[in-house]
Amino acid sequence: MFDRILIANRGEIACRVMETARAMGVGTVAVYSDADTGAKHVAMADVAVHIGGSAPAESYLRGDVIIQAALDTGCRAIHPGYGFLSENPEFVEAVEAAGLVFIGPSAQAIRAMGLKDAAKALMVEAGVPVVPGYHGTEQDDALLAEEAGEIGYPVLIKAVAGGGGKGMRLVERAGDFTAALASARGEAQTAFGNADVLVEKFVSQPRHIEVQVFGDGTRAVHLFERDCSLQRRHQKVIEEAPAPGMTQEMRAAMGAAAVRAAEAIGYAGAGTVEFIVDGAGGLSPDGFFFMEMNTRLQVEHPVTEAITGVDLVEWQLRVAAGEGLPLTQEQLTITGHAFEARLYAEDVPAGFLPATGTLSHLRFPDGARADSGVRAGDTISPFYDPMIAKVIVHGPTRAVALKRLSAALRGTKVGGTVTNLAFLGALAGHAGFGRGDVDTGLIARDLEALTEVPGVAPRHLAVAGMAALNLFELSDMAGFTLWQPLRRSVSLISQDERYDLTVEVLSPVRQRWDVAGREVWAERRGDLWQVDGVPQPSVALDKRVVTVFDHYGLTFEVVDPLDQAAGAAGDGNLIEAPMPGLVKAIDATPGQSVAQGDRLAVLEAMKMEHGLLAARDGVVAEVLAKAGDQVEAGAALIRLEAEA
Amino acid sequence: MKLTSQALPSSENFQANRAAHLKGLADISAAAEAAAMGGGEKSRARHVSRGKMLPRERVANLLDPGSPFLEVGATAAHGLYDGAAPCAGVIAGIGHVQGQEVMVVCNDATVKGGTYYPMTVKKHLRAQEIAQENHLPCIYLVDSGGANLPNQDEVFPDRDHFGRIFYNQARMSALGIPQIAVVMGSCTAGGAYVPAMSDVTIIVRDQGTIFLAGPPLVKAATGEVVSAEDLGGGEVHTRLSGVADYLAEDDAHALALARRAVGGLNRAKPATVQWENPEEPAYDPEEILGVVPADLRTPYDIREVIARLVDSSRFDEFKPRFGETLVTGFAHLKGCPIGIVANNGVLFSESAQKGAHFVELCSQRRIPLVFLQNITGFMVGRKYENEGIARHGAKMVTAVASTEVPKITLLVGGSFGAGNYGMAGRAYSPRFLWTWPNSRISVMGGPQAAGVLATVKRDAMERAGETWSAEEEAAFKQPTIDMFERQSHPLYASARLWDDGVIDPRRSRDVLFLSLSAALNAPIEETRFGVFRM
Repeated sequence: MFDRILIANRGEIACRVMETARAMGVGTVAVYSDADTGAKHVAMADVAVHIGGSAPAESYLRGDVIIQAALDTGCRAIHPGYGFLSENPEFVEAVEAAGLVFIGPSAQAIRAMGLKDAAKALMVEAGVPVVPGYHGTEQDDALLAEEAGEIGYPVLIKAVAGGGGKGMRLVERAGDFTAALASARGEAQTAFGNADVLVEKFVSQPRHIEVQVFGDGTRAVHLFERDCSLQRRHQKVIEEAPAPGMTQEMRAAMGAAAVRAAEAIGYAGAGTVEFIVDGAGGLSPDGFFFMEMNTRLQVEHPVTEAITGVDLVEWQLRVAAGEGLPLTQEQLTITGHAFEARLYAEDVPAGFLPATGTLSHLRFPDGARADSGVRAGDTISPFYDPMIAKVIVHGPTRAVALKRLSAALRGTKVGGTVTNLAFLGALAGHAGFGRGDVDTGLIARDLEALTEVPGVAPRHLAVAGMAALNLFELSDMAGFTLWQPLRRSVSLISQDERYDLTVEVLSPVRQRWDVAGREVWAERRGDLWQVDGVPQPSVALDKRVVTVFDHYGLTFEVVDPLDQAAGAAGDGNLIEAPMPGLVKAIDATPGQSVAQGDRLAVLEAMKMEHGLLAARDGVVAEVLAKAGDQVEAGAALIRLEAEA
Repeated sequence: MKLTSQALPSSENFQANRAAHLKGLADISAAAEAAAMGGGEKSRARHVSRGKMLPRERVANLLDPGSPFLEVGATAAHGLYDGAAPCAGVIAGIGHVQGQEVMVVCNDATVKGGTYYPMTVKKHLRAQEIAQENHLPCIYLVDSGGANLPNQDEVFPDRDHFGRIFYNQARMSALGIPQIAVVMGSCTAGGAYVPAMSDVTIIVRDQGTIFLAGPPLVKAATGEVVSAEDLGGGEVHTRLSGVADYLAEDDAHALALARRAVGGLNRAKPATVQWENPEEPAYDPEEILGVVPADLRTPYDIREVIARLVDSSRFDEFKPRFGETLVTGFAHLKGCPIGIVANNGVLFSESAQKGAHFVELCSQRRIPLVFLQNITGFMVGRKYENEGIARHGAKMVTAVASTEVPKITLLVGGSFGAGNYGMAGRAYSPRFLWTWPNSRISVMGGPQAAGVLATVKRDAMERAGETWSAEEEAAFKQPTIDMFERQSHPLYASARLWDDGVIDPRRSRDVLFLSLSAALNAPIEETRFGVFRM
């Protein structure tokens, strides 16, 4: 076994790998960027090495620097985690050339699965079923359109080198093909440096079921399936294992196919074979098609661990260190059911925009596994994926596990930023999901109900006001006046709505709030405040953001009167970044006339490109940002000349 | 050590006292409530419609949330000027800003445009006096048209008139007591010097104006036609003239800027007294209303009040067996050590000597003094004059006048004659002077005064060989009795700022604590006594 390994990653996965390494007595070395100087994974590691700037290209994607760090710190192996360099065959070769072990598959195996069309051809050869489609190298527009027509709409355009939904477009009609193709290619080019695409049949009621495999370079076993059908725009939201409705027969067929796929490329380590399953007529052993193989540990690996009792990272380390597969296929069994929910800092009502902020509070309930790369006090920066944690539960049956998921989500407390917790909670309570009727279109179909904003009650506002004005723990002279009480104001913003409140502090234990004309009393009994007759939910306050832990966390921004100067500058002439992100392109130059709806800039955030459009006809007065700039939400990008 | 109360809360007497005090309290409360409404509904609505906060909202939003506010002169000018100047048109008091005690002086523009009546001036100066004596930063929330012209002879020319405000600002600034002005409305003529004389000045855009002469006067003087904003608005003063330092967008912004300014003062309270852990009194302060007789003439043991003011009702009485009509001793009030001087009957020579001794002790130890005044005066008569009661009284007056420790005076009953002097009446510059609704203040009792006048008249009539019937004498005396009754009432007194305010007796402990706490912002200097007549 290795004495010490370097984890070439950050966030929850770096922490996750370190936990197992530590349990196995293996030393850990973290690498970190400027933005991660005080990050949890840095604090957890035995040794931490700074590797560059905050942008991934300046740090976590710099293989040479990372390999040097591993050599400098006496590591014997590098664990890549997921994302970043985990599926980069050149990196694997460089690691091996430096005399180190790459904890994962060979460069050759990664290459074999990296290009989707080649991978599919290989799978066809190995007898693994695939979705009908065009996977040719010829990339002529007309040919692709013709192939699409032959496959039959709806079709999917996918980046050949892609993954994670990037460079992927659904095309419903032939007329939309050309535009979608251009946009998919553009995204593929920026994301992977390869604009080639493939075209596939689109399965109408698709389920995403994947099989966890583990190989030793020759032979492989599978650790059963995971159902990842709950997706929003190809981003997995809640995953589970096993798949609802799965039969022994189909599981055996899918497992055998996955093992064939892994063995066909001499796979070593943890990998996932993704299948698209047609859920239209129930599951049947001939209704699954190979989509792709992810040659790394998956985000959702914990649900597999929960039902098999296997620590996949431990297996990765043992196999990379030269041991054989720890268990045979016959020794692997399923116990119970598991779910994983991905908790993100996102503004759900605003369209799931990634959010940033400092976590004033972070607590997970007992009884749930929470894999998190952040702690209370840490900042969700705009540079990386805004994941806060994965909440994982296990139960003897699916129904029990799902109840536990709901309870765990209700008990999760995140302060200081908006989150998708309420959305996850709504999803966990979705009737169809409860029955196991899942498909990849479920979230999109019911999005409105799932993202319904819980009503903010007067008592929530009063509690937020108490937090904003620091009125929970009061000195014994608090609120003293000779005669009439003084009435103080505070303003809060919640879901774009402004609330102006006033409060009369009558004593250290009594306050009268006026919330939009409604009187709300806050009275302290012992250590607890009763607000509007209800025990006060706990709250977290960070500078300007109050989180009231009710309805999965209600977030309020405290209006600071000192912000006036900023407010005065706000006008309709500015194009501002709607969220933190990277400026991909600026399509405007000073003096240029633009029409309403013209795209003036492109902002990349959360794996998506957002076009920023001119809200009106006008003339560009000033361009305030350039391509490549990392900008905060609200940053001014382009200013139009004021209207006469 | 621990006082034991003899009071029976269930007794008829206790309940009758309580009912009488509650009635007196209701009168004060109603007066305070009316004063807090300022210039009335119409005027308030007009003020708000201009986008301005009401004055009390300004104070509330300047102070820390939940901060106590010890208001000074809450019923000033009550019944004066035909009721035209509720609260004297200016709010003053001590509260916390960024955790520091500050004096807030806030004009009420809903009262005659915030113009200065004689009592407005007196209240503003009293607030400054408190600030200066206790080293409290001053924050002026200015919204005033300047001197009230019909009353100019009583607000402009004399030493303690309008000009003294700016004199005080300069002197306080020189002493390192910060002067901060927030111009939230007019600041005209002499008033322009409030912001101009401040260390830091904030002005609200489109609301605040500062000029020596407003547009009408400018037009009359030079014919120049100019808008108030162009003459002296926020833009002008922060960009061109430099009269103000920060431009605020609205009241809330201005108050936040003022809070920030206080946050940057770099001040700390000096170390003065040895604090102990505060403890509640063993007897409920609520019972004060029952233990204090409704009738001033009924004697009672002042220790019943002390037991309801001090921590754990613990009282280390000094010289308990000597000069028993004056109770002296040490206690703690919400953790603060204090020396208490309290009347328990008429003052005799021994009581006065004891009082002087005790004040010397507290001065030596730098322990703040609390005077509980309920005094009809010094004992009169040949025996007492011959033994030199004036000499002994002078000792006590000298001690009280000379001491440098903070004195807080609370009128819990009568305040008559020379007893007022020995017990740190207004003329003896206590840091604060508060009164209870049942208190009465006058040079002597009304019947005594009427009796003196009647005796003089009777003597003159008898010399002239005239006779005076008992009925005639009674009719002669009644107007004097009535006048004394009216003028000795606490609202009459407080309207004229003979004190800092009438308070709810049940809140005495809180008021005394806040007064002490404010006073302890200034270091306690060494006392040098004048010559004692031995």
